[in-house]
Amino acid sequence: MTATTYIIEAEHLCKKYNGQRVVDTISLQIRSGECFGLLGPNGAGKTTTLRMLLGLTEPECGSLTVMNYAIPAQAREMRRAIGVVPQMDNLDPDFSVLENLRTHASYFGIRGAALESHITQLLAFTNLTHKANVRIETLSGGMKRRLTLARALINDPQILILDEPTTGLDPQARQLIWQRLRELKQQGRTLILTTHYMEEAQRLCDRLAILDQGRIVAQGAPDELIRQHIEPHVIEVYGSGLDAWLATINRAHVARLEQAGETAFLYVHDEREILQGLAPHHDLRFMHRRANLEDVFLKLTGRDLRE
Amino acid sequence: MTPIYDIPAWRRWYPVWSRNFRVWRKLLGAAVLGNIGEPLLYLFAMGYGLGSFVGDMEGVSYMSYLAAGMVCASTMTTASFEGMYSAYTRMAVQGTWAAMLSTPLALRDILVGEVVWAGTKGLFSAIAIVFIAILFGLVADWRVIVVLPIAGLLGMCFAAMALMITAVARSYDFFLYYFTLLVTPMLLLSGVFFPITGMPEAIQIGAKFLPLYHAIALIRPLMLGQIPTGIILHLLVLCLYIAVSLPVANHLIRRRLIS
Repeated sequence: MTATTYIIEAEHLCKKYNGQRVVDTISLQIRSGECFGLLGPNGAGKTTTLRMLLGLTEPECGSLTVMNYAIPAQAREMRRAIGVVPQMDNLDPDFSVLENLRTHASYFGIRGAALESHITQLLAFTNLTHKANVRIETLSGGMKRRLTLARALINDPQILILDEPTTGLDPQARQLIWQRLRELKQQGRTLILTTHYMEEAQRLCDRLAILDQGRIVAQGAPDELIRQHIEPHVIEVYGSGLDAWLATINRAHVARLEQAGETAFLYVHDEREILQGLAPHHDLRFMHRRANLEDVFLKLTGRDLRE
Repeated sequence: MTPIYDIPAWRRWYPVWSRNFRVWRKLLGAAVLGNIGEPLLYLFAMGYGLGSFVGDMEGVSYMSYLAAGMVCASTMTTASFEGMYSAYTRMAVQGTWAAMLSTPLALRDILVGEVVWAGTKGLFSAIAIVFIAILFGLVADWRVIVVLPIAGLLGMCFAAMALMITAVARSYDFFLYYFTLLVTPMLLLSGVFFPITGMPEAIQIGAKFLPLYHAIALIRPLMLGQIPTGIILHLLVLCLYIAVSLPVANHLIRRRLIS
């Protein structure tokens, strides 16, 4: 059996800002060619962790290697082979689409005929060919994101780091990004992304880590996490008779009950008993579904707002 | 295996310079008007207006005297503006530096690129005023050529100082302090408009610590067909300002962007 090769190895990383531990003993091992997700509520330490991987935030303790480069000591050399899609668009507003790509290429020292043909490919890949000579401010949010993705690929990177790649996009734009990310993974690139969208994580990520208050609270493949942490079925119930009905149910059939506002979430191993019991209650509305990553996320990080 | 690209260390400032240059070329109209129009207005309004009362200044026409001062003053303000308002926009508003930092460029490459660029812009405005001065017969001879590299150095000097201010600025308003407390006094106390020999001795001594004073001490004789005295000292002062300001700016901006 061959040992698994890790493209990123982080051990016990930590970082404090103003006395508060933003990243608290995080260890990650990311395999070459996988899509790895970092999930967590606002302020969980996702962006700080990504910045550490890039060598843009120095960890106060722990060790980190990316593609065998020691970070942050060799971060500059490492960044030759990495692509970044930041959370906030930082395209050059004074340049056209084409000029943005050429300028970014110049920061790597890439130029010449090979660059031009690569740019043509990237524009086609991100469906921006018809916008090549257009100024940035006339692009929609989705187009800007795609251009940022094209820009991140200008150096043909082994690792692509994406900080909330689809936040603020409409469903069509999001679907297109997802499709492209899957293609990039098929090309053998390693993808590391943060997201608030559990559906996105579940669709794209081979493995993921859920962060809360600077710590990893769970790590694994999405299906595995659902199996480990949560009952297979969820019944969401709401309506005027909710409290009265809850008082009557047989709690033995309900593994876990959570109430958020006017809705009760019943986590169960066998849904039939509860569904039968619900049928005659016309003052209740309900929905039965399979447990998903969002349930895991909410169980582990709580339902309280993080602001 | 795909090739890994890189730029030799000594040339890594260049793509930053080039990016700024290409943006500037797009907005040339406004840039030319602001950087060159205003100093020319000063030169002619004060040169003719005040010159008719003053007559000669230190043995030359007031226009000739003032032209040399305006080359330096214009280089200073142009480079300072670029190192503050424009650099701040790239650092804090547009995220241009953040995008650069996700590539193999290091912060010092960005800052050297910015300083050389702002120096270049200062040089552009110096060239424009020298050109006008030649047209109006305010320049003595070929020695004026040497003015240009010195203007470039002066521009870089003020750019490096400006980046220190940019490093700690929280908004554009902050730059007003620098202009009011440093640039304007320097403009008045370094011999741009009049010799400082009539000033109290303390001010005369203080002026010798200001970079603008030393730039004028080099540039004015060269425009008037003379050889400056104390060349090495004047150049050293300008270089010293860069050598101190740039590392300080680098330290402060590193703390701000890479913490």
